[in-house]
Amino acid sequence: MIRKMKTAAELMLDVLHQSGVSHVFGIPGGNSIPIYDALTHHPLQLILTRHEQGATHMADGFARTSGKPSVVCVTSGPGATNTLTGILTAMMDSIPMLIITGQSITPNIGLDAFQEADVMGMSFPVVKHSYRVSDPQDISRIIREALHIATTGRPGPVLVDIPKDVSAAMVNVDIECEQDLPGYQAAPEINIGELELAANLINAAHRPVILSGHGVILSDASKALMEVVEKMRIPVTTTLLGKGGFPDTHELCLGLPGMHGTAYANKALCESDLIVSIGARWDDRITGIPEKFCTNARKIHFDIDPVEIGKIIPVDCAVIGDARMALEELIAYLKPGELKSWNNRIRSWKRSFPLKYRKEGKLRAQHIIEELSKLAGPEAVVCTDVGQHQMWAAQFVKTDKGKNWISSGGAGTMGFGLPSAIGAQLARPDATIYAIVGDGSFQMTFCELATATINKLPIKIILMNNRYLGMVRQWQHLFYDNRFTGVDLVGNPDFIKLASAYNIKGFRVKRSSDVRKTLKAAIDWNDGPCLIEAVVEQHDNVFPMVPAGATLEEMIIEPPKRPRVVS
Amino acid sequence: MKKAIKHTISLLVSNKPGVLTRVALVFARRGFNIDSLVVSKAQTPAFSRMNIEATGDERTLSLMMAQLNRLVDVIRAVDHAGEDVVQRELALFKIKCTPRTRTEILQMADTFRGQTVDMGDDTVTLQITGKSTKIEAFHTMMKPFEIMELVRTGKVLMSRGRESTA
Repeated sequence: MIRKMKTAAELMLDVLHQSGVSHVFGIPGGNSIPIYDALTHHPLQLILTRHEQGATHMADGFARTSGKPSVVCVTSGPGATNTLTGILTAMMDSIPMLIITGQSITPNIGLDAFQEADVMGMSFPVVKHSYRVSDPQDISRIIREALHIATTGRPGPVLVDIPKDVSAAMVNVDIECEQDLPGYQAAPEINIGELELAANLINAAHRPVILSGHGVILSDASKALMEVVEKMRIPVTTTLLGKGGFPDTHELCLGLPGMHGTAYANKALCESDLIVSIGARWDDRITGIPEKFCTNARKIHFDIDPVEIGKIIPVDCAVIGDARMALEELIAYLKPGELKSWNNRIRSWKRSFPLKYRKEGKLRAQHIIEELSKLAGPEAVVCTDVGQHQMWAAQFVKTDKGKNWISSGGAGTMGFGLPSAIGAQLARPDATIYAIVGDGSFQMTFCELATATINKLPIKIILMNNRYLGMVRQWQHLFYDNRFTGVDLVGNPDFIKLASAYNIKGFRVKRSSDVRKTLKAAIDWNDGPCLIEAVVEQHDNVFPMVPAGATLEEMIIEPPKRPRVVS
Repeated sequence: MKKAIKHTISLLVSNKPGVLTRVALVFARRGFNIDSLVVSKAQTPAFSRMNIEATGDERTLSLMMAQLNRLVDVIRAVDHAGEDVVQRELALFKIKCTPRTRTEILQMADTFRGQTVDMGDDTVTLQITGKSTKIEAFHTMMKPFEIMELVRTGKVLMSRGRESTA
């Protein structure tokens, strides 16, 4: 009998391809050469990045916009450690991702060999699971298990560390590969008793609010959520990652809650008698001091991950399981109540406390973002970096669909914006992808401009240049008596020249009156990526704001006359 | 100050490298000290059993139990705090003695159903088995003498009757 043999690396790529993976992001190195060698004539498309962190955020953006897992492949040592920030980002935001790291040959592991790093040991706290492949015959089983773990239940990153001698070894392609995961439960069965209790609490509530999180998007629960909302007329506030899970343009949508949330979302939470959290985890940017968070409201928590139940906020009812399945079951138990006066109340808050900024005078980031959102429409895919521009984008971009708003929430990773937009464009070649970035964040990963150019990706990069690390400057201004330390980005490059060095078209806008014209020109640009540098007001601050350690009731809606000083 | 309680946790885990690190990290992340830890093979070679003793407040521990159960390599983790379980520990005491004190020490060991496992010119080594409280009681009795070394295995436990341990 002739056995069909391949290298473990080739077999691994075959398994990935059969499982629906289309792209691999990364940079090769000594210990991952056998894997890159196998990529030479493989249908999997390699996207060569300029830094391993960029590779992780591209894979992340790809997964967030497509719902499909994607793969990062890097070498050992520094190649592997460079992925840790991206792995943390994916872990915090529940993103399915497979990270394949090369490793020193088996006999050299633990001997401080060249480019050896204990990446398993370093990554334990930030992965959903991880594997070291010691027997090449295990490769097929391990890759299947890794993809299964990454994509099911609460998704997350899975790391597979492969020594060079293992990836280069010849293996029989027909090996049986039964999955062996006795300790892994993808999604718990929904408890009908808890579901009925949830329905009773919702039916009895007079001032309910739904807190809709990333879980709604991950489980494709938007339609079910809409049915519940339409039936019951319950207003919805969407978390930073949940944005788009319920349309921003819906009359019952309250937008973002919490630290930089809308005044009406926070007021609704404060006055509510019931908060129904669906696929959200009571993040500290929303709840502040847990003991003082909306103490008059009862709480229901829908979550697929039992760890989240009671972690931050004690709840009156917990439904553990897939959000879409839970909502589809729930609807039968719901009886519409009389919420007219509650809805009227919310409408009047929306009228009295709208999001606002000054359109006259110096150019404001909010102005660009609002105009961009109008021109691009609610179907646009927007990726952001982290900082003030991210919060303004969360406030002013109207998103009507899940998977169209891509932002690093839990980890708050600066440098996420551009590479995630590259991943998004590869996942959705027909969509227009906007990357809204800050001058601080952008400079952390702008080497990936090369990746955008060589792949001819028509991303529109909107760079908010205030020559500051604006969010830290805002805190120093408000709470540290204007002691600005380490926030002035003096020495910023000429971003238009920088773009042009990468053969990227640049636009610059400095005046409010030019915003529309410049954005239109950029949107019409159809020859690869382009960069719009918006030179914006340097000292603008994001409001509303709930100071750290304060309650939602203490929200500052408008800029204070005199800054507060931390005692 | 939250009330700290002693917890005895048993785990059934995959018998693989790195599992102990994953489990230990759940404790370390919340600053929980592990008071005792026993790891050994389970009846089937694919699994191991762990018994961990840790002290901490109820709420943090219940979160940690969920985090332990979330680990892919953990089949089951159970906290036995406040439960009546079969519990055993073994300790070896090496005591310095003279011909005069030796008899006294051996008599005490006998009361605790201890075994003499080694004897030298001026030492005696005793093995005490039983609940951890019994070992602590014997420890107190030995304090007037010179305890040269004390080695304890840590607690192992098993649920009573048909109840499964983890």
